[in-house]
Amino acid sequence: MKVFEKKHGYPGKLFIVEGVDGSGKSTQIDLLKKWLESEGYSVFYTEWNSSELVKETTREAKKKNLLTPTTFSLLHATDFADRLYYQIIPPLKAGMIVLADRYAYTAFARDVVRGVSPKWVRDLYSFAVKPDISFYFDMPIQIACERILSNRAEIKFHEAGMDLGLHPDVRESFKIFQGRIMDQYKKMVEEFDLTAIDATHEIHDQQDVVREKVSECLKGYSTKRTIYAKRAKVFWRKFTVS
Amino acid sequence: MPNEPKYFGESLPYLKPFEKKGKLIAIEGTDGCGRSTQVALLKNWLEVRGYAVVETGWARSNLMHKSIELAKSGNTMDRMTFTLLYATDFADRFENLIIPALRSGHIVLSDRYVFTAIARDVVRDADSAWIRNLFSFALVPDVTLYMKIDIETLIPRAIEGGGMNYWEAGMDMHMGQDLFDSFVNYQSALITEYNKLSKEFNFNSVDATKSVDEIQKDIREIVKPVLAEKPKVKK
Repeated sequence: MKVFEKKHGYPGKLFIVEGVDGSGKSTQIDLLKKWLESEGYSVFYTEWNSSELVKETTREAKKKNLLTPTTFSLLHATDFADRLYYQIIPPLKAGMIVLADRYAYTAFARDVVRGVSPKWVRDLYSFAVKPDISFYFDMPIQIACERILSNRAEIKFHEAGMDLGLHPDVRESFKIFQGRIMDQYKKMVEEFDLTAIDATHEIHDQQDVVREKVSECLKGYSTKRTIYAKRAKVFWRKFTVS
Repeated sequence: MPNEPKYFGESLPYLKPFEKKGKLIAIEGTDGCGRSTQVALLKNWLEVRGYAVVETGWARSNLMHKSIELAKSGNTMDRMTFTLLYATDFADRFENLIIPALRSGHIVLSDRYVFTAIARDVVRDADSAWIRNLFSFALVPDVTLYMKIDIETLIPRAIEGGGMNYWEAGMDMHMGQDLFDSFVNYQSALITEYNKLSKEFNFNSVDATKSVDEIQKDIREIVKPVLAEKPKVKK
């Protein structure tokens, strides 16, 4: 199985955003979502590390610093698999537009920086489907770091890559860690044909580019919302066994 | 180098090279073949002979226990998610228990090993190259005891030993009209897969249709020569 070799054959569309923390990717995907919905499309949104199945485990393990690079990688892959089969593929089959904040590329960048083999982690995610467009928000590392460091009072332990022992100071560690992640992203732009967006431009200018690319991809695609026009938040209803 | 660790594929890139002073003994076999009983007997025997033993088993990591229970109680039906949950569990035990124990000269008894994941997944139509890559960081056991059993012997054992459960019957696969049919079909498929793996990975087969004592005797005969290659004391 080669990684993201072929296009998914589903009637829906999958757009994803990638970039380091502070690159503004979440703002952009949020604006894209608002626009697509206003155009009458049925949109489904999913984000990295949010599956109910492993959320509690991941949270606790991170808090207690119990994870090795491999278990860290596998836990996130589990989260991804759960979301892929419950939140990404079913809406794609239903002909919806799926927007994902971070995708497998996040794992390729972070896990490799943490020390797992690049080939192993790529093979690990080979069950994923290839997005129709993968936006990469490119920004000089200094600006991204400044944004986060000046806007947030506290940087989380794993966000700063403190588990790698790069630097005793959280903020310094954050800078080194994010820099290394960015190096990985830069390599992936070509490897996976990511659509790079200059994230130093004004927010609305970036959004214009994003919408233009998406419009192009949506040519010939016409699935709109039902007359009920309800916003789909959960594709699957969970059930509990007591 | 007798103590050079051997891996299925590439070892974890960040794992420091180490001298494998202990021995890794894996025990494989399908649900209800009597594995756990034999592990307990073998552990006792080894300890009486003065070996320090660490026991580990499938899905027993503290890390993943909760998530696996949640998944098993019906909150996911996706095979890939299950496989990854178990792989995370394995990696946690591998790095935090198996490796340190082998490094310090313990004998590790592993009740089920990566072959369980491979057998279960292949029965569920998984990509066999993918699953092998997933576990490529694992150590090749010094010996893999395979408790070989046939479906006819397994059925009464399963019924006497606590009954058939949903997962042991592979009910997620809808392989039969009821629990019994499903159990027979699923376990037969698993046994076939284990038999294939046995050839590929040179398992040491033990006839698990025999009595508990006879099986244990056979197991000890297989384990003895493995223990005999005692690591030389280095200066």
